[in-house]
Amino acid sequence: MGKYILRRLLIAIPTLLLISVVVYAILALAPGDPLAQFAINPAIPPEVRENIRRSLGLDQPWHIRYVKWLLAAVQGDLGYSFQSKVPVMDLIWQRLPNTLAVLGVAYLIAVLLAIPIGVVSAVKRYSFFDHAATTFAFVGFSVPTFFTGIMLILLFSVKLRWLPFIYDSTLKVSLFDIGSIGHQLRQSIMPITVLALFQTATLARFVRSEMLENLPLDYVRTARSKGLAERLVVVRHVLRNSLIPVVTLVALGIPSVFAGALITEQIFRIPGIGSLLISGIDNSDTPVVMGTTFIFAVLVVLFNIVADVLYGLLDPRIRYD
Amino acid sequence: MGTKIWSRALAVAVIAGLVFAACGQQAAPAATAAPTTAATTAPTAAPTQAAQRGAGGNLTILYWQAVTVLNSHHSQGTKDYDGSRLQIEPLAAMGPDGKPVAVLAAEVPTVANGGVAKDFTTITWKLKPNVKWSDGSDFTSADVVFTWKYVSDPKSAATDSSSYDNVKTAEAVDKTTVKVTFKEPTANYYQAFVTGYGNILQEKQYKDFIGEKAKDGPKIPVGTGPYKVKEFKPNDVVLYEINPNYRDPNKPYFKTVTFKGGGDATSAARAVFQTGDVDYAWNLQVEATILKPMIDAADSKAVFVSATSPNVERLLLNRSNPDPSLGDKRGEPDQAHPFLSDLKVRKALAMAVDRKPIADLYGGGLAGEGTCNIVSGVPDATSKATASMDVCKFDLAAANKLLDEAGATKGADGKRSYKGKPMKIVYQTTVNPLRQKEQEVVKNGWTQLGIDVELKSVNAGVFFGREGNDTASKFFTDVEMFTNGAESPDFQSYLAGWTSEEIKTKAGNWAGNNYERYSNKDYDALAAQLKKETDTAKRNEIFIKMNDILVSDVVIIPLVARKSPVSGVSKKLKGIKPNPWDSEMWNIADWTN
Repeated sequence: MGKYILRRLLIAIPTLLLISVVVYAILALAPGDPLAQFAINPAIPPEVRENIRRSLGLDQPWHIRYVKWLLAAVQGDLGYSFQSKVPVMDLIWQRLPNTLAVLGVAYLIAVLLAIPIGVVSAVKRYSFFDHAATTFAFVGFSVPTFFTGIMLILLFSVKLRWLPFIYDSTLKVSLFDIGSIGHQLRQSIMPITVLALFQTATLARFVRSEMLENLPLDYVRTARSKGLAERLVVVRHVLRNSLIPVVTLVALGIPSVFAGALITEQIFRIPGIGSLLISGIDNSDTPVVMGTTFIFAVLVVLFNIVADVLYGLLDPRIRYD
Repeated sequence: MGTKIWSRALAVAVIAGLVFAACGQQAAPAATAAPTTAATTAPTAAPTQAAQRGAGGNLTILYWQAVTVLNSHHSQGTKDYDGSRLQIEPLAAMGPDGKPVAVLAAEVPTVANGGVAKDFTTITWKLKPNVKWSDGSDFTSADVVFTWKYVSDPKSAATDSSSYDNVKTAEAVDKTTVKVTFKEPTANYYQAFVTGYGNILQEKQYKDFIGEKAKDGPKIPVGTGPYKVKEFKPNDVVLYEINPNYRDPNKPYFKTVTFKGGGDATSAARAVFQTGDVDYAWNLQVEATILKPMIDAADSKAVFVSATSPNVERLLLNRSNPDPSLGDKRGEPDQAHPFLSDLKVRKALAMAVDRKPIADLYGGGLAGEGTCNIVSGVPDATSKATASMDVCKFDLAAANKLLDEAGATKGADGKRSYKGKPMKIVYQTTVNPLRQKEQEVVKNGWTQLGIDVELKSVNAGVFFGREGNDTASKFFTDVEMFTNGAESPDFQSYLAGWTSEEIKTKAGNWAGNNYERYSNKDYDALAAQLKKETDTAKRNEIFIKMNDILVSDVVIIPLVARKSPVSGVSKKLKGIKPNPWDSEMWNIADWTN
């Protein structure tokens, strides 16, 4: 097992290198210019733009810039944002709590809701509940988040005036201050709902189909013929086996929690990783885009390994040698 | 069994979460009510005293582009100038009428008061005495001189360094006097140290961060302004509190300011007009059909403020040939455009542009008004002659007649050709729903003349960048459209953008501001005359003459004089003076409830 993990980690290194080269090359070669917003401004003549370009190190060819970036990144230095001149690492740390507070909670809720919904709709197939859950799931993953987000804002913020729709990232949430917790809940309930709706829908469908695959199998019949209660059959046998691929799916979804939700964060003005990435791309802020995408890549690779290892732990039939 | 414990823990967490949610619902109104009552009782206690320091509560300002830089000399755009203006200040602001207003200066230097030399080679600023920085130290002329050195050092890579290009030296005569000597007689002497470009940095704080080290400099400058930064999250929010050392003991009125950024213009409009979540919402470039009902609603919580700005949305007609088959010669000024070189054709195009529906897209006066001038924003320098020019009147019949005269013959299919070649116009602009609608209006007019029009839209970052062939600078199409305008109420450098020496070429790396590759000796002579003319009235005359040449020669087709600012201001807020020539926050110290 230890050997397997080590081998996987070693393979991950060239994978990550390749990812970083490709992302950097795309950023460097794509049209778009960190100084584009200055180009039309007559107060910023070309000489000034050249000065700024030089101060950002953009006068060097991209492969040299890449090597410099990589050498620094290996040492944990992701460089400075072109825009704010603040270290990228600081920006990420500043924004991670917001992303986790919204996306993390949404993901947790999605997992907690999806499993029971999936199980019940598989066991009670074609029942009213199953039809309702299926409809809900289809609505959930076919309606885009920007639509549900704006609908919620129009209903709860503009019409009913119940909830704020401008996220206050300076709010200090303290367990001893019920007001701050209340405010945090009020400002994050809409984005959490939007994201949880989407993820619950996807996961619930997956749980249901896994359950349906397992229910007619021989071991289930054996369990039933032993005289086990139906409840025990479902929970102890079918669910357990069905959850193996679900656990993998959930593990693989965790990196996306850290990556932030691009659109939802934009709509609700949540200063998370997603909005950091979007504004980085908008302004061709290479260090920010590289920093966030690279961390995301590392997480994806890591959680892939975690998922594979979990698979082996949960399913005794799989052995790693 | 491990999983069992885990699931039990989760169940507990969910229940706890639900309990908290329930509590939160009840606790929340109480929590939000507390600060608002505190804020409203204070001013009512002293109703006659209009401005009292800290009497107001929190002021919430919403920008849909967030502040990234607080040292405005590295500003990335308007948002940074506005965000930093609460804290750092220039010697003088530019008022709404385009005339300077003293800020850190004791008075505005003029020729009459002896502050400006008669030959326009020097300007001497007298500073307000006893001004203190927010850290309690004295503000002196040394800080002003230091700011000049900092900004004008090319290695500092300041984005506003060109405002100091004409400054030869700035010297401290005494503690409260700064003498600026220009490289040559300069009529536009209110440039250095004026508006956001002139924000003064503290020497003590930045003296080790001049030149290459500027990028490692302090992110939060010490200032002399009414507020100082309490917390700053780049690209998200700035929290301000009162600067205890601010020079006016009665100001500012608000105890704290939240300067939140991000999101989009439409929801920012909702936040100020419909829900009242914010007191001030910046740059509401929202479609008039959505914006107008919000403003006019009976329960609207805000008013819309705007002012005519120098920015004009315009069509640029290419004088050079963008044909790709020319290779390296493509777009060079010596390659005349096959049909846009003909004045009659250009005139016909101008007369086929219907400004009315285009102005309506800007809310018919809300965000902009139809115009036929390229110089806008200062009444004394705005031409009145253009209104009666043929090229400014929408007249399809006359336009068709002009094309016939120019020898652009109509084929059997109704399409025109010029000197045997079919007339086809490629017309580019940025990706922007409003601009795409403008394109449709213009295309409709030109199609009725029998000219083929192909519309093209380019991502703004690419269009205003320098990579690829789709940039505004290379202008490899026949017509393009964007907004531009003068930076200061003196139009000299703006109008210099159409002189021959500013023509963009491949050899010149597409630098310069002459996008159209326009060359006219008379125009160049007027530009040269401007450099020497020091009389304000005569300068305005020349500005108008140059404007009229550009319009009548159809170098450009002006479309819309845009408004700036275009912001939503809470009905409770008083003291806002919309100003197109300086930061919207220029007089924030005077804002009250």
